[in-house]
Amino acid sequence: MEAINPAVLIASLSVFVLAAFLGYQLISRVPPLLHTPLMSATNAISGISLIGSMVIAGMHKVDFHALMAGGAVAKPSIATLLGFVAVITAATNVVGGFGITDRMLKMFQQRKKGVKGESK
Amino acid sequence: METGVNYLLEFTYLVASILFILGIKGLSHPETARRGMFLAEAGMAAAIIGTLFHRGIITYEWIAAGLIIGSIVGALMAIWVPMTAMPQRTALSHAFGAFAAALVGIAEYTLHGGLSMPGFTRGALGFEVMLGALTTTGSLIAAGKLQGVIRGTPVQFKGQQVLNLLLFAGMVGCFVYSVVNPAASLYFYTMVGLGFLFGIMLVIPIGSADMPVVMSLLNSYAGLAAAATGFVLGNNVLIIAGTLDGFSGLILSILMCKAMNRSITNVLFGGFGAIIHAAGLDAVGEMREISLDDAAVRLAYASKVVFVPGYGLATAQAQHAVRELANALEERGVTVKYGIHPVAGRMPGHMNVLLAEANVPYGELYEMEQINPEFPSTDVAVVVGANDVVNPDARDNPDSPIAGMPILEVDKAKSVIVLKRGQGRGFSGLENPLFFKPVTSMLYGDAKSSLSQLAQEVKNV
Repeated sequence: MEAINPAVLIASLSVFVLAAFLGYQLISRVPPLLHTPLMSATNAISGISLIGSMVIAGMHKVDFHALMAGGAVAKPSIATLLGFVAVITAATNVVGGFGITDRMLKMFQQRKKGVKGESK
Repeated sequence: METGVNYLLEFTYLVASILFILGIKGLSHPETARRGMFLAEAGMAAAIIGTLFHRGIITYEWIAAGLIIGSIVGALMAIWVPMTAMPQRTALSHAFGAFAAALVGIAEYTLHGGLSMPGFTRGALGFEVMLGALTTTGSLIAAGKLQGVIRGTPVQFKGQQVLNLLLFAGMVGCFVYSVVNPAASLYFYTMVGLGFLFGIMLVIPIGSADMPVVMSLLNSYAGLAAAATGFVLGNNVLIIAGTLDGFSGLILSILMCKAMNRSITNVLFGGFGAIIHAAGLDAVGEMREISLDDAAVRLAYASKVVFVPGYGLATAQAQHAVRELANALEERGVTVKYGIHPVAGRMPGHMNVLLAEANVPYGELYEMEQINPEFPSTDVAVVVGANDVVNPDARDNPDSPIAGMPILEVDKAKSVIVLKRGQGRGFSGLENPLFFKPVTSMLYGDAKSSLSQLAQEVKNV
């Protein structure tokens, strides 16, 4: 890994601080009604760490024979396996999180189904 | 050529960030929420597809296998998890997210070692792994408690706080040392171990009733761990998404603490929910029982009824039965509203989701501040499986352990019907003077069947 460039560091910090302010503004406006979907939505979104996991899982050729033999597993293989597990958990969060959020949001309706029409 | 792909990837990440922000903006109203989420999903898809062309990736077997397994598990969860189990599911997803962040950090460390990293990156990496590790086990314990696999009562023992303090100091000490001394990989891995252990120790002393705060805090940690990953990898979309998640959790935990009039330290270290006998015992008197028939008549001839749901609604799976009764009442011309306390249930917004599942239009769901002024003009307040959030001691008795907690003032209604399984206490172990007030009548039995029977009776009145 190359030595960190101060400009990159400042840029990262700026993004962080701005995202924090923006996050505060956006999330304060979410009504308590939608707090559960909010939690599951932000969770799904932070499943974006999937992209970091993917890069690590795909970084090195894996020597399957060495792995199967249980012999000397080279260092990159450990990273690959960790990346692989991280891909699984992050992908679970992305798919499960968005799926459940949508299932919940579908249920929030302004008008009731049928009831009013029938009684009229 | 290679740099061309890289710029394209960076651009894709920028688009994804914008879509995520628009997605959360959509959540400010139920009408726009689904559309917002579609945007966020599109952003996620773009980021994932773009990453497949990342120049660092040379082999796809593990990625493909991981994506397939994860998608299947995620899809199964999305389809099969019942709404009543939403708190457990969410706690589990905090664990998964944090675990992914911790693993990425550890993998980076095994690849590069501490020596080749600049100090700042080592710090961000250590932070990511430490936070990721403790959030993983903490969330697993929270999920276990919510699911009932682990006892929900606080687990406390002598010297616990000292032990926790030592664990925390050890963990942070190893973190600092591994940042200062790049070659100290042993300390790095010790920190990982202590992090996993500390997560367990942090959550076991906390009772189930405090889970809304714990869930929000863990949410915040998981997000911040993801943001730290962004710092390590120099990736802005990770920083943005992680920060949004982290701040969402933080804001929610502050809101939850306010709704209980307690500080975060008190929630984390107070061991609330351990049996408290002293304060409430003097609130004795006569509890009046009401029969189904009488309750049905009273409801049927009311002009305004407010339902106040609590965690008992979820355990009894009674949300559809509430709706059934509300429908029967509305057909008679009774005005029906629902009063929702911010910490009712086991996670923020828990009750809203359950009632929405039962087709209650969200226009009938009222927040505490909106519904409290309406209780004096309410004929019948129906308390379904709620206890502490309607305990008038919080308002009237300064010695009560929950003194100062804002409550739903159902005792100001003209009459109150409390649906309760038995005569036991709530999760906090506190006696509730509401049950002894002259306006209150108790209807014992399983909430779900009581409500269904009431609905039938009301139709026959």
